[in-house]
Formats: sequence, structure tokens, C-alpha cells
Amino acid sequence: MMKLRAILIMTVYAILVAMTSLWMAKQSYSWFPPEAAAEAKLLDDLFSLFTGLGTFIYLGVIGPFLYSLVFHRASKYDMSDGPPIEGNTWLEIVWTAVPLVLVLTLSFVSYRTYEKMAVRGPMELVHLHMPQIIQPAYAEPFDSKPQQEIQNAVETAPIEQIDVTAKQWAWIFHYPKQDITSTELHLPVDRRVRFTLRSQDVLHGFYIPAFRLKQDVVPNHEIDFELTPVKTGTYRLRDSMFSGTYFAANQADVVVQPFNEYQQWLADAAAGSPTPAFNRAAFEYSQANDRSGTTKDKVAVRGWDTIPPAPPPVVNYAPKREQES
Amino acid sequence: MTNISLEAPEAVRGQPYPGAPDNWKRFFTFSTDHKVIGIQYIVTSFFFFLIGGTLSMIMRGELITPDADLVDRTVYNALFTMHGSIMLFMWTFPVLVGLGNYLVPLMIGARDMAFPRLNAVSFWMVPVVGILMLASFLVPGGPSQSGWWAYPPVSLQNPTGNLLNGQVLWILAVAISGVSSIMGGVNFVTTIFKMRAPGMTWFRTPAFVWSVLGAQLIQLYGLPALTGGAVMLLLDITIGTSFFAPERGGNPILYQHFFWFYSHPAVYVMVLPAFGIFSEVLPVHARKPLFGYRVIAASSILITVVSGAVWVHHMFASATPGWMRILFMVTSMLVAIPSGIKVFGWVATIWGGKIRFTTPMLFALGGISNWLFAGITGIFLASVPIDIHVNNTYFVVGHFHYVLYGAIVMGIYAAIYHWFPKMTGRMYYEGLGKLHFALTYLGTALTFLPMHPAGLMGMPRRVASYDLEFAYWNVLASIGGFLLGLSTLPFILNMVSAWIRGEKVGNNPWRAYGLEWLTSSPPTVENFEETPVVVSGPYGYGRNQPLVGNIPNPGLTQFPESLTQQQTS
Repeated sequence: MMKLRAILIMTVYAILVAMTSLWMAKQSYSWFPPEAAAEAKLLDDLFSLFTGLGTFIYLGVIGPFLYSLVFHRASKYDMSDGPPIEGNTWLEIVWTAVPLVLVLTLSFVSYRTYEKMAVRGPMELVHLHMPQIIQPAYAEPFDSKPQQEIQNAVETAPIEQIDVTAKQWAWIFHYPKQDITSTELHLPVDRRVRFTLRSQDVLHGFYIPAFRLKQDVVPNHEIDFELTPVKTGTYRLRDSMFSGTYFAANQADVVVQPFNEYQQWLADAAAGSPTPAFNRAAFEYSQANDRSGTTKDKVAVRGWDTIPPAPPPVVNYAPKREQES
Repeated sequence: MTNISLEAPEAVRGQPYPGAPDNWKRFFTFSTDHKVIGIQYIVTSFFFFLIGGTLSMIMRGELITPDADLVDRTVYNALFTMHGSIMLFMWTFPVLVGLGNYLVPLMIGARDMAFPRLNAVSFWMVPVVGILMLASFLVPGGPSQSGWWAYPPVSLQNPTGNLLNGQVLWILAVAISGVSSIMGGVNFVTTIFKMRAPGMTWFRTPAFVWSVLGAQLIQLYGLPALTGGAVMLLLDITIGTSFFAPERGGNPILYQHFFWFYSHPAVYVMVLPAFGIFSEVLPVHARKPLFGYRVIAASSILITVVSGAVWVHHMFASATPGWMRILFMVTSMLVAIPSGIKVFGWVATIWGGKIRFTTPMLFALGGISNWLFAGITGIFLASVPIDIHVNNTYFVVGHFHYVLYGAIVMGIYAAIYHWFPKMTGRMYYEGLGKLHFALTYLGTALTFLPMHPAGLMGMPRRVASYDLEFAYWNVLASIGGFLLGLSTLPFILNMVSAWIRGEKVGNNPWRAYGLEWLTSSPPTVENFEETPVVVSGPYGYGRNQPLVGNIPNPGLTQFPESLTQQQTS
């Protein structure tokens, strides 16, 4: 009788845990910024799987743990010992084998997702300089909607090429076909974009949370990096690799727009004459070193010497938004 | 003073020199007694714990608003650099080495560590490291501002132009700390291999000793890499070599390999002893043998081995080739297996036990529950695509602090409360202890849980200012951080007052198995009157069998026969 009851309780608990895990897996999509790239969808699906399994393991362990804390406590004058159970070979084999299978599965699924993203340019995938031999992952048969979007983007139009330069502390985007520079990144929607990432000084991190993608930018190293924006809007590009004093201020806007608007923007920028763009690092630096400045008292504790920021970049297109702050 | 040894030869047997002080002053001497050195380590590291904690609270003060308005950006960068460096090199490592120093010889029935003088030298390098770290606040240009990992080229930039700067002092401190830890590692490994009491076979050795062995083996294989990398960085800064400087043709990624080859396993150097503490505390306060003791013991060594091949998962977003990303994803995930074995074993240990919610037990249980959460988010981080999104964000900061504060600091507190009666002969105050636990547990959750959603939303780590969308989670984390600061007050009050006038308790107030409970509290100079001869395994709860053949365990017969018989019949 007792055994039957225990099995019943465990079954009910397992069902409850499974339902909660499923709910958490669905919830996990809401923890992210909007899915603005096909790669973001792939990542969110993977993350949801991890969240579901993680919740299942967490609740599966914490349940019995809390149960014994509540029900297996010694009464006040009970000085005796518990049953001297030292181990159970069968149980120990099971709880070694199950996690082993689980993590190998998760590794495999992660590997598949990584392959589908194909974010590294063909030159970067393998250290062989024969791009025509290495088949990019998106040439494989696709089995999901985001991957299809990536595939469509590759097939319907030539890849847009954009050069990205990171420095202390600015992002500069160069469109080689039109020979335009900008401090705001404009991208066409539903097209494959290839970046060539360069750093002038230290390590930087090219990170757009809405795309769920990130790549360290290494000095003396050109890194090809690909992605597919699928949702119009304005997002944030952040420096993710600590790059010195004004690291936190090293941000830029990313505008994903329909292809014709993107073309229009390129044409407008080409027509505009080069102007210095607002740069927060250069702005703060000049304020801090302005002896008579009115903003001198804004910060409670003054700091130490810093590497002087590069002067505000002179570009064809300088966004006006930030100039007020 | 010199004739004390003639008058009382028993009392000074084993003293470092005749007439060495036998009161609190001995903690300020070059003592070679492992127990004195252990307490020296613990108290010194707590001093730095408070300094590191104060720095973090200034940081949380800065982050309570989105703008950089409390401290200047350079100050903020120095704060997180020194917070990380002090907490790792001056708090977590030393306090765990101190606990190991105090407990390992007692637990294996040895009279001291294998090399007592080397042990003392290892300790006295710690204050030197601390002074170097703190002195960097006074040099022109201030402390290092390149983060605790000191990645070049940022760490090579020197805006003041002085040769004596915060970064150079930081490297010197880390290198000395590395030398001290290598000496400690040699000492621990030798002691555990060579000085176990007769009858103490490997599978009669307590789980804590296994975990210390695993941790110290990592120190021996890993630290030379970090120390070598630090020396190369120093040469790059001072005499202009070009190991890592890109403008002179160096490769900054090379440094990351050196650094993480040690610094990821270093997490296991810290967490393994905490696992060992959980494995010691649970059986005592649940009155049951450690479930699956042999696999729990062996899994410590398994972690030591596997952790040697996980470092590249910190570099998934660097210019790392694809095959390397995949390989290290698998190895990183494999660490979940030995860690999981331990967690399951602990749950099975308390299952059906006679659990008593003493303060050490509460801290152990809290630490295990936090570790469970941190371990699961660790699997997330091992997955290449997920890591590409969340690395260098607050998700990692949250995960990392759940490991460090949630599991390791909790484990350290559990150990200090659990062995406090052994170290001092007195009992701590239970009420203050429970208050301390409640504040710590709540503070940990409130500080470090909100960092996970902030990271998923895309908040980078190490930022002095942030976008408005992250404000909500940061306010919560800051309140939690101040709560954690507050939580140390009842602890300090408890320790100081209990040490001075706490209730005197016998040698074995927990009725625990283990060689350390067979000697007096506090233990005499050479630990045991007579070398114990071990005759059974370490966790004989409920078995009614002796642990050693030649010393009776008074702690186990303290309780009325009638009561124990009543319960067992």
C-alpha cells in the first residue's frame, strides 16, 4: 500500500514538474529583446529547450530536497541516528547515466543550432583559405523556419558587405560599394549581411542583443561575420568586451529598414558632406577636462588619468539623436 | 620566558620555539602550527572580504541609477577590478586554504602539515599580496582598471606613463599569490598522500580531504600557466616585449589561453572544498552516512581532470575556430556529471534523516540549493549559441556570483560555524547565526537573481552606466547588495563575542564522527595525544561502530543510554 501511494505521489509530482517546465520554456521567449534576426529565433528556440529541461531538473531535485527538510526533521529530544544507508549502486548508475545522455544531447542540439546560424564567414569557419571548398552550413537542407529565412536571404539577393571599425571609443560603419561612412548602422531587412570586423586598438565586442549575436573584434585580425535581420526597427549595438574607460558609452544604433528605404538612406548619405558625429566618450572627456566647465560637479568622485578618446569621427551620416544629452 | 619549557615541558611540546606565546598573541607570530596558520589565513581573509565587499557596495551604489554619477568612470573601472582581484586572491582562496590548513591534518590524524615552515611562508606571503593590492590605490593613476582578468591590450595601456602603476602592482601581487598557492599545493598534496593515520585507506579518508586534494592538484597543474602569463604581461608593460601587444605584432588571444587555462579550473579550486564542506556537514546534522561516499569522493578527482579541458568556453566569442568551440562545449558540459553525482548524493543523504536546522546545516542546505541553480545556468553557458548571446553580460555575472557567493561563501560560513566549537572550545550563538543565514540567503537571491534577466536583455558586464531599460533589475540588485553588506554584521558580532565568552562545550558537541572530534577543543599543539588507528569508514552514523581502535569517542557516549536505546528499539 505504502509503495503504491509513493508511486502515485511521485507520478503526480512528475506531471506537475513537467507542466511547470513546459510553461517556463514558453515563458523564456519573453525574457529577451525582440527577435530581430533569423539567428535570434534559432537561439530562442534552443534557449527555450534548455530552460524547459533546466526547470525540470531543478524542480526534480529541489522537490525531494524540500520534502526531506520538511518531513524528515528530528524531534526535539530525538538523539538517535537515521538509517545507515550508504549507497545504492543501481540508483547511482541511473543518476550518472541520465545526465550524461542529457548533456550529450544538449551538446548535439547546440551544435546543430550553431551550424544553422552559420554566423562566421566562410573564411573563418575553418583555417583553410579555400572558401569554394568549404560548404557553408546554410547550403544544407533546412529544417526550420528561421533557417529557411537565412536560406531565402542568401538566395534572393547578393550579400550586403559592411566594414565595421571599433576603436576607443566609437563604432564606424563603412559601406564599401557606395564608399559611405556612418556612426549609425543601417541594415536592409531580410537580406544576408556580411560584416568585416576590425579593431584599431584594443579588444572590442560587436554585440546586438536583439540579434542574439556577438563577436569579439581583435586587433590585427579581420573577422568575417554574417547575420540576417528579419524585423524592421531600431536596436542597440553595444561593446561587449571591456575596452577601457568609456567602455559603457561605446554604443551605436542599429536601424533595420525595408530595402528601398535602406537604398534611399545610402543615396542621401552619399549626397551629404562629411560632418563630425556626436561621440559620448569625446564629449565626456572634454567636459571632465574643462576647468571652467559647468558640468564639473556632476560626478561625486573624480577619477584618474585615462587614455584620451579618439576625436569624434567625421562621417557622411551622423545621427542627431544623442547630441542633446 | 626561556625557562617555561623547563617548568612545563608538556604545554610547549611542538611549539615553534621555547616560550612561544600560548594566547591570542600566537596568531601574530611566525608559528608553524597548522592550526595557528589556518586561523591566521581565515582571519586575514575576512579582513579583505570586508574590503572587497565595501568596494562592491560602492559599485552597486553607482549602478542604482543608469547614469555614471556617483563615481567617475575610471574609479568605477578600478573598483570592479579590485573587487574581483581582492575577492578571489585575498578572500576565497586564502579562506579555503585556511580551512584546509586547519582541518586536513586533524581529519587525517596527522600532527601537522608535511612542511610546517613552508606552510608558514605560504601564509605570510598573503598579507604581502594584500598590501600590494591596496597600495595600488595610492600610486599615481590609481589601481589597475583592466578588470580582474587583465586582458591585453587594455592592461598594456598606461595613461600616466609611470613605470610604477596600478597594473604593475597588480601583476606583482598575482604572481606572488601564485607562488604562495603553488607552495601550499605542494604541501597539501604531500600531506594528504603521506601523512594519513594508520588504517586510513583512501576510501576511509573524509570527503573534505578528497576535495582539498582535487583542488590542490589543480593549483599544481594550472597556476604555472597563469603565473607565466602574468610574467609575460609584465615584460610587455615594462621592457616592451611583444607577446600580447598587437601594435608590436603580439597576439592578445594568446593571453586568454594562458589566463583561462588556470582561471576556469580555479573555480573548482574554490568550489571543491565547498563541496567537501557540504559532504561533512550534512551527515552530522542529518545523522546519516554520506550517501554514495565513494563516488562523491572520486567525483572530486574527476572534476579535477575534466576541468583541465574546459578553458576555451570563455573564448567562444573570441576569434576561436569552430571545431574548438564544439569540442570545448562538450567537455564543459561533462563537468555537470560529477557535479550532479554530488548533488544527488547530498539529497539522498538528508532523505529520511534526522535533520536538525543548526546554523551550519542551514548554510550547507542553502549553499546546495544555490549550487543547483548555478550548475544549471552553467550548462546554458557551455552551449555555444547561448554563450554567444550571454557571455560578457550580466547573465554571466549572476551565474558566477551564484557559484561564488551562493555556494562557496555559504559553504565557508557553514564550515566556520560547524568547526567553531572545535577551533575555540566554545559555541556560537544560534540566534545570531540564524539571523545571519536569513540575511545572507535573501541577500544572495535579491542581488544575483535579477542579474540573469538583465543579462538576457543584453546588459554588458563592467559598465559604469547603462540604458534605462535595465534600471528595474539593477535597483533590485543594489538593494540586495546592501542587504549582503548588512548580513556580515551579525556574523562578526557572533564570532567575536562567542570566542570571548561563548558557552564552553565539550570536544564533540555535534556527536560527530571524524578524527578531528576525538581530540580536545581547541586541539593541543600536536593534535593527538596518541596517533589514532582508524578501523572504519568516516560516516558511521546509525552503525554504532568505533571509528578508531585506540581512542574512545566520548562524544558518542555523552547522551543517556536510555534515550538512544528507546529510539533504536
